[in-house]
Amino acid sequence: MNSIWTIARKELSDSFRNRWLIAIALVFATLAVGIAWFGAAASGQVGYASTPATIASLASLGIFLIPLIALLLAYDAIVGEEEGGTLLLLMTYPLSRGQLLFGKFFGHGLTLALATLIGFGVAGIAIALLVEDVAVGALAIAMLRFIISTTLLGWSFIALAYVVSVRVSEKPIAAGLALAIWFFFVLIFDLMLLGVLVASQGEFNAELLPWLLLLNPTDIYRLLNIVTFSDSAQLSGVLSLGSDLPIGPSGLWLALVLWFVIPLTGAWALFRGRRI
Amino acid sequence: MSCFRLENVSYRYDKALVLNGVDLRLDPGEILGLFGHNGAGKTTSIKLILGLMAPSQGKVTVLGGEAGDPKVSQYIGYLPENVMFYPQLTGREILAHFARLKGADLRQVPELLGQVGLDDAMDARVKTYSKGMRQRLGLAQALLGKPRLLMLDEPTVGLDPIATADLYRLLRTLRDDGTGVVLCSHVLPGVEPYIDRAAILTEGSLKAAGDLAALRRQANMPTTLSLEPENSVAALEAVVNSAKASAGLMMRQDNGRLHVDVRSAEKMGLMKALMASGEVRDMGVYQPTLEDLYVHFIGSGGLAHRGGAQ
Repeated sequence: MNSIWTIARKELSDSFRNRWLIAIALVFATLAVGIAWFGAAASGQVGYASTPATIASLASLGIFLIPLIALLLAYDAIVGEEEGGTLLLLMTYPLSRGQLLFGKFFGHGLTLALATLIGFGVAGIAIALLVEDVAVGALAIAMLRFIISTTLLGWSFIALAYVVSVRVSEKPIAAGLALAIWFFFVLIFDLMLLGVLVASQGEFNAELLPWLLLLNPTDIYRLLNIVTFSDSAQLSGVLSLGSDLPIGPSGLWLALVLWFVIPLTGAWALFRGRRI
Repeated sequence: MSCFRLENVSYRYDKALVLNGVDLRLDPGEILGLFGHNGAGKTTSIKLILGLMAPSQGKVTVLGGEAGDPKVSQYIGYLPENVMFYPQLTGREILAHFARLKGADLRQVPELLGQVGLDDAMDARVKTYSKGMRQRLGLAQALLGKPRLLMLDEPTVGLDPIATADLYRLLRTLRDDGTGVVLCSHVLPGVEPYIDRAAILTEGSLKAAGDLAALRRQANMPTTLSLEPENSVAALEAVVNSAKASAGLMMRQDNGRLHVDVRSAEKMGLMKALMASGEVRDMGVYQPTLEDLYVHFIGSGGLAHRGGAQ
């Protein structure tokens, strides 16, 4: 445990040193405050609309931003150590490959969790203090749920980045594959699902289709943050399938947790087999 | 208990036999020079001892335990060739990071940095370090936690002659305290006075291992006597020719001196005859150097073996 914390502590202090943490937190806070006050500008209003609308807008933005930030934070975790010439040295220390990987995850995960907590937390506090008639209790619960799910989404993409990082031998390749992961889950996956829906004209197994949403952590994240608040009739695109899912929010939370546990375990297994 | 022991160790990567039945050991309080060209199996041997890879055949024992076992790694110091560190951290931060990983006392950090001459630079970022300073930081890193087995790969690269001499003095002190040291170096002549034993690898096989006297006996290479004549070279030649050991001796003249190659077994007889003749004003005795032995054991194809000693 001591070795894991030593590795994590270095990652965390690197995030402070290169101002990653503060930059991410600032981006989150700015976006959250901007969306809270100007999110309804398209419909001719300026000012705080409602907590569900704000959370839904934040989540819509989050699915683009969070995976990208997590992948950028973590894609060079192992391949970067190897290219920098420090991996070989680290592996001669009383440190197992699992300890190194989990230490990295602990550090990167904590960086993202802190940035999310500070960024969105500050925005939540600003809303609670500055907006009149806002139900503070409901806002706090919604924000907490949003912050936790955002952190879990980030962790799942950190773990996916590790799968790439332990597998490839050059940083540019890792960066390219990380972007491909982002492209697939954020942009392509829903289009594919939509394509299946339209092409099959309802003949595709209707019971199976909603489950396919669980194959994409960004869809789980959106379901958690939008479905909980909105009338399911308002859900658009593939997310409307979510209302047919026979699992409740707890099932969705579990699915999101599995989305970082399984890739992280996979990365560990791949790393153990890697020749150094 | 030996520092490490390789027993009939082979390592296969894909279809290539990188290491072939190597037997080698290092005892506490001993400095072993490990030499071989690129691809000879030197790095593979080091990685097997460090537990980074498992042998395809044979047994690797390190400090009485299994290679790679954290309980063993704790007592190993390793300086890789071209050591690299996190450029954005300072020397002190890097050493503290590695000290924590090794469970070493953090008070050792400034002490070791001072020992390798980095007192003034310990709070500067490593990206501002010269190659020699990085090498010294690497050495401080290897010394963390008082290792019982120290493995140094090209430790003198980037070091000036004074720092090199300091390093060798330090290694002798550590050896006298019971640490086993493995030294891999390109610079064979510079290493010779500081090693207790040498091991020469080529194409995955151990060609020779032992102290220099044993290697010289095994190689049976001639010793060269460099003779300054009292009267004339011709008179000296006559003495050498009449000596009983003269059969097959190589002689050549150079700058008014006579150089005679003599086999070890016949060396003393010839020297006595020369001294008794009164024809010798001065005599130099040159035994085969480590470099000569290296070339002898790896054969004449040294350059063909991808660039000489490593």
